[in-house]
Amino acid sequence: MSEPLTPEARTAAPTEPRHKRTNLRTRLRGWVPYLFISPFFVIFLVFGLFPLLFSVYLSFHRWEPAAGLAAMNWVGFENYVYIVLNDDWFHKSLYNTGWMAIVSGVPQHLVALPLAFFLHMAFKRWRNAVVGAYFLPFITSSVAISLVFSTLFSRDYGVINASIAALHELPVFSWFLPAQNIDWGQPQYTKWMISFVVFWRYVGWNTVLYLSAMQTIPKDLFEAATMDGATRWQQFRHVVLPLLRPMIFFAVTLTIIGNLQLFEEPFILTGGTGGIDQAGKTAAMHMYATAFVDGDFGTASAVAWLLFMLIAAVTWLNNKLLGQKEDKA
Amino acid sequence: MSATNAIALPAPHPRRTGLNVGQLTAHAIVLAGALLMLAPFYFMFIFATHSDREILSLPPPIWFGNHFDDNLKLLLERLPYWWQNLGWSVYVALAVTAANLLLCSLAGYAFAMFEFRYKKQLFVFVMGTMLLPSFVAMIPTALIMSGLGWMNQPKALIVPAACGALGIFMMRQYIASAIPRDLLDAARIDGCSELGIYFRIVLPLIGPALGTLGLVTFIASWNNFMGPLIVMRDMEMYTVPLALRSLQGTGQTPWGAICAGSSIAVLPLLVMFALASRRLIEGLTAGAVKA
Repeated sequence: MSEPLTPEARTAAPTEPRHKRTNLRTRLRGWVPYLFISPFFVIFLVFGLFPLLFSVYLSFHRWEPAAGLAAMNWVGFENYVYIVLNDDWFHKSLYNTGWMAIVSGVPQHLVALPLAFFLHMAFKRWRNAVVGAYFLPFITSSVAISLVFSTLFSRDYGVINASIAALHELPVFSWFLPAQNIDWGQPQYTKWMISFVVFWRYVGWNTVLYLSAMQTIPKDLFEAATMDGATRWQQFRHVVLPLLRPMIFFAVTLTIIGNLQLFEEPFILTGGTGGIDQAGKTAAMHMYATAFVDGDFGTASAVAWLLFMLIAAVTWLNNKLLGQKEDKA
Repeated sequence: MSATNAIALPAPHPRRTGLNVGQLTAHAIVLAGALLMLAPFYFMFIFATHSDREILSLPPPIWFGNHFDDNLKLLLERLPYWWQNLGWSVYVALAVTAANLLLCSLAGYAFAMFEFRYKKQLFVFVMGTMLLPSFVAMIPTALIMSGLGWMNQPKALIVPAACGALGIFMMRQYIASAIPRDLLDAARIDGCSELGIYFRIVLPLIGPALGTLGLVTFIASWNNFMGPLIVMRDMEMYTVPLALRSLQGTGQTPWGAICAGSSIAVLPLLVMFALASRRLIEGLTAGAVKA
């Protein structure tokens, strides 16, 4: 991208008188930063912005891709109206998405916050190893690990059912753990299975976010609180939580945005189908299926934009609920 | 709290004493949780060395077996292009990483060290692109790639990912804090060209940041599933996640082969994490914590 600069400067150097050369350089120098940042903008315009605009355009059309671009029919908001009113699978996938977003998302933070606090206060020597163990799922291939989980979740011989059966033998657990093997492929269990894998993948990420925010809290505050006789719980409640509010807001926002576009884990865990009765099909999976299985790109684009609007709305709501208080405090 | 009774010493200030039973319990829970997080990886490696019959027995195997060869053979039977798939993954990840290191550091350098018109607005725009969810661009990206004739070609994965906003942000932060402006001015006065300054002064000084960005980018590309899912049609062009995914479905599920393939796919990441976990975590949380 910076090619135009060097050759010109090079050819200019030996022949031009010195003051002219400086002028050329000075003139070029003004363009240097733009040249340096231009690759990003070129790539974004071609592979980012243009696809987005085209997708908006597409969502107002009915189109059979096989028939070529000329075969696009303008249908206005028809795709949107159809999805909102009549697309039962969209409604179901939206319900699934919301269900799993909450069931996998809320525990992530309820575990990550106290865990980060405990690691911050109590763990010394082994802290990095423990943090690493919790964080590792986040960096691993979601496809590979989801496949491994589908092995672990298999009905008759899966490790997870075997563990549940073993725990069932213990008196404490027997009253709430089932005696029979669970068939995780059955609709009533699919969402639990996916939510567990999502929880497993992201709880360490949130812990690391909270841990790094806690490290910015001055040590004196904890010392002062300890001197005043505050218990650990009181320190957590009155020192950590208020100071962490911006990070909590940020991490929850990331979780919301991520969970509402859940795709890879449910896709792999249900073999790409959404599972029996589509119990594990998410909205992003529905969009994928509408486009690449049914070949209906117009409706699929409208699904994408509806989902985008939903994410924007939930993020905005979250901002109202969690983000605002921070300013007032 | 009843647990504290177990300790013989009555401590007037329980908080001040080292480890009490309550704390020990908490430690135990946290450590048990850490083991639970690692358990799937453990079983993945264990199962990779067992035949399907051994995996599907009760209790499941908990130590390495000696069927890795068979599993690998089965894997290659089901995925005849496996090594080629692995090669594409490496190639794409390295190309994306190299492109990001160069282009993001150039852009980050410009945003950190130059004054120019609309700099602030342009930077806000770059950051704003991080907010766009990837799935919205999924369909038009597929159409663009087929329009360009890039279907089934690695460049369909490399070019769009060649320069990311997070990388620019990381580079800008690091360059602004690590390189004194006077140094650059001195080089300019000595007659060094702008590209010369970048290659001779900036690049050698930002090694640590390049390392972090390289790790993060490599891992993201290695794990990318949605991209290849849309643009790679033929099995010989699949990347590793896509190849693994095609083990699912028709016929009997080859558990051992799945675990063997997954192990191969995950192993490079585990090695990288073991070597540079702190730097990696810093890189991944850079946008979150410093923003």
